[in-house]
Amino acid sequence: MADVNRGKRPLSPFMLGSYYRLQITSVMSILNRITGVALALGGVIGVWWFLAAASSPEYFAFVDGLVTSWIGGLVMIGLLVALWYHFFNGVRHLMWDAGYGFELGAVTRSGVATIVATVALSVVTLIIAF
Amino acid sequence: MSYRTARSRALGLGSAKEGVGHWWSQRLSSVALIPLTLLFIFPFAQSLGAGYAAVRATYANPFHAIVAILFIGATFLHLQQGLQVVIEDYVHDKALRTAALLANTTLTWAFGLAGVFAVAKIAFTA
Repeated sequence: MADVNRGKRPLSPFMLGSYYRLQITSVMSILNRITGVALALGGVIGVWWFLAAASSPEYFAFVDGLVTSWIGGLVMIGLLVALWYHFFNGVRHLMWDAGYGFELGAVTRSGVATIVATVALSVVTLIIAF
Repeated sequence: MSYRTARSRALGLGSAKEGVGHWWSQRLSSVALIPLTLLFIFPFAQSLGAGYAAVRATYANPFHAIVAILFIGATFLHLQQGLQVVIEDYVHDKALRTAALLANTTLTWAFGLAGVFAVAKIAFTA
């Protein structure tokens, strides 16, 4: 019958933890989710900043001052790196969705390329910003 | 024990009970965000700390304003979709999950529309 053993099938353990050695595939996968959740915070900060610019010069000076302060700046740089990581790893995912790059060597190469591109674009954006 | 076959139970639905609709919609927002991110991020990065007048001048430009509005819209749609999957994966309590999914949908819409309003107001009044 169709329902034999339903709900009692064995499950594979989570990709991080004592069952598996850390690998570029699993670490980059969970980083995609972590950066995505972090970027929700970035979205809220961005909207707050735009609302301040739409409100008054005084309120904008307050919010813009927070965002460009030492601590605020560090948060924004972290969010910038998260953005470029999520961007390039997202392109990597879209490539997989289209059916390309599944071989083990290709997965590692695209992972390294994602990290290199993330660092490069983060530096370029920071140079443009300052 | 159900008398329905596995095939009839799964037909057109899958574990999310809605087929591939959500998955496909998330791919669309991802693809849209590729050009929008590239167009949005550099003028935005330059605007941080550039001062009230410079920021308002940038987003008074229709091109920058439209890019910012489309970027904010696509970003919060993508955030809604992505955070929904995270909640579905990790929040197992039924009541808590429903509350989290409701909060996610309402808050992403609220922030997204507030952002669109803010850019539009700058563009129309700067």
